[in-house]
Amino acid sequence: MSSHTNAAVSLSDLLWRRPNLLLLILILPPALWLGIIYLGSLFALLAQSFFSIDEFSGVIQYELTFKTYGELFRPANFDIIVRTVVMAGAVTIGAAVVGFPVAYYAARYARGKWKAIFYLGVMMPLWSSYLVKVYSWKLILAKEGILNWLFETLHLGWLLNAYLAIPIIGGNSLSVSSTGTFLVFLYVWIPFMILPIQASLERVPHTMLEASGDLGARPYQTFLHVLLPLALPGVIAGSIFTFSLTLGDYIIPQIVGSSRRFIGQAVYAYQGTAGNIPLAAAFAVVPIVLMAFYLWIAKRKGAFDAL
Amino acid sequence: MNSAIRFSGVSRHYGAVKAVDDVNLDIAEGEFFAMLGPSGSGKTTSLRLIAGFERPTAGEIHIYGEEAQSIPPYKRPVNTVFQDYALFPHLNVRDNVAYGLMVAGVGKKQRAKSADETLEMVALGAYGGRKPSELSGGQRQRVALARALVNKPKALLLDEPLGALDLKLREQMQEELKSLQRSLGITFIFVTHDQSEALSMADRVAVFNNGRIVQIGTPEDIYYRPQQPFVADFVGSSNVLPPEFVAKLTGKTAHGSLRPEAVHLSETGHAAQIKSVSFLGTATRVSMTIQGVAMTMLVPKGAVIPKAGDTATVSWADDDLHLMAVQ
Repeated sequence: MSSHTNAAVSLSDLLWRRPNLLLLILILPPALWLGIIYLGSLFALLAQSFFSIDEFSGVIQYELTFKTYGELFRPANFDIIVRTVVMAGAVTIGAAVVGFPVAYYAARYARGKWKAIFYLGVMMPLWSSYLVKVYSWKLILAKEGILNWLFETLHLGWLLNAYLAIPIIGGNSLSVSSTGTFLVFLYVWIPFMILPIQASLERVPHTMLEASGDLGARPYQTFLHVLLPLALPGVIAGSIFTFSLTLGDYIIPQIVGSSRRFIGQAVYAYQGTAGNIPLAAAFAVVPIVLMAFYLWIAKRKGAFDAL
Repeated sequence: MNSAIRFSGVSRHYGAVKAVDDVNLDIAEGEFFAMLGPSGSGKTTSLRLIAGFERPTAGEIHIYGEEAQSIPPYKRPVNTVFQDYALFPHLNVRDNVAYGLMVAGVGKKQRAKSADETLEMVALGAYGGRKPSELSGGQRQRVALARALVNKPKALLLDEPLGALDLKLREQMQEELKSLQRSLGITFIFVTHDQSEALSMADRVAVFNNGRIVQIGTPEDIYYRPQQPFVADFVGSSNVLPPEFVAKLTGKTAHGSLRPEAVHLSETGHAAQIKSVSFLGTATRVSMTIQGVAMTMLVPKGAVIPKAGDTATVSWADDDLHLMAVQ
């Protein structure tokens, strides 16, 4: 045996005798990365939110204060928060409603080739650039776009126009309305909803559904009382993705939608041209607090019991 | 006796695979009926056909006189105890048992009361508030039983109900299932691959092989009067003797079935070469060949046990050699 293999063998022996050492070696680099780079910058950001800006000179005053958080509750800023949260909630619910049947089909019926097609179909949109997808949607939703053309061809243009006339969700065309923003968010994030639901449905034994039917439950009762509760951890996991991704995004509402701003755009604007880092930081804290609150509620409701 | 379940030429084919093939069956009301067979023999598929989880590709199934083809599982007057119990993990024991009543729209108070009564019947009255994951295998089995019985089905279907339990618990549950069936008076149909379970519990047994029923009869019929070598071999590991050998003994050309316990050591008889000896506890199993035909015998405790390699003389009573038609 050469000395090289001897050294390798004695290293293996050492790691076998001290399993914690191996764990330490494996965990240290990501722990340093997450701990120092990520959490460190997060705390630096949080610290900024407790400073304030002098309204006349625009100079940051390095004194601890809640004044900047108070600014969040000014009507103009608070509207941004409400708008973003409502959008994130709508996208999450929409993704769950649209994603569940797809995930159910994949988990229950798709086998072999069809399963591969399912994974490809769900994942492939993730391979292309996010910007390309968003700009494609802008074209689809534009007044000269294919969707408008389709409505006109089917002589349903009046329906689309009536819908667009509704305040808040409507606009000049779909591409400059909140509905457009919603549709693009839904498209971009839906894989993150489908995959966790599919994973949780895979784990529901088929006999569980048969038992429910056997005991007299009609299919909708089986869905309501057995399938949905057992798939709930997957739905919650998916909703964490769709909700938090929508809360933080600032590109989609900028390209598709009305001129009304979302939290991400506010952060982008305040830390950039406006130079108001404290307010940008305070805005950035909002999604963190909302997500913490959401997870706490979900845990209390027993959403993670089946994990 | 009225017919509870009747199969008329029922088949369930999956492409070229004949899971159940032209089965005819008539189970009487109040009967304790066993479907026995090796895995893949079609017994579980037959049970699933009764429950409605599978639909026949040919033939007709009547449940209490009603053609069942178009009746979905949730409308059939039968309930199933699943092999893996299939208890709902997100509901506690009481809600699991009350599930059938809940979906039927029974009020909350009434169904909790019925569930507790049924749990009492399977000696789990104190466990209503627990989650299924906090119970042992035997307790889960009882919950599954209570859940199926709370709906007061006309027939109870049991799919390998005791398969996952250890020996002692299994024997205890066999007794309990039998007395439960007697006190409830409903039809029990249970699927098993364990021949001793089928023989000890059932009023009648159907032996399945390759999707077909090869013999239906009382446990005594099946055990002492097998009609086919498969039944003789599968039920009680009988010695299946080839026709040539039987012809030499009796003059008739037929397969012979000879129970291992019917063979004994004696002064006169057939010369046997002992191949191997294994101690079973209550008896010792001796494998041997007689004129080139492999055979086993059970030697009871206390007798002189021959050793492998010895030559011994064995015999059996003529009555114990059961003849089966050549196929």
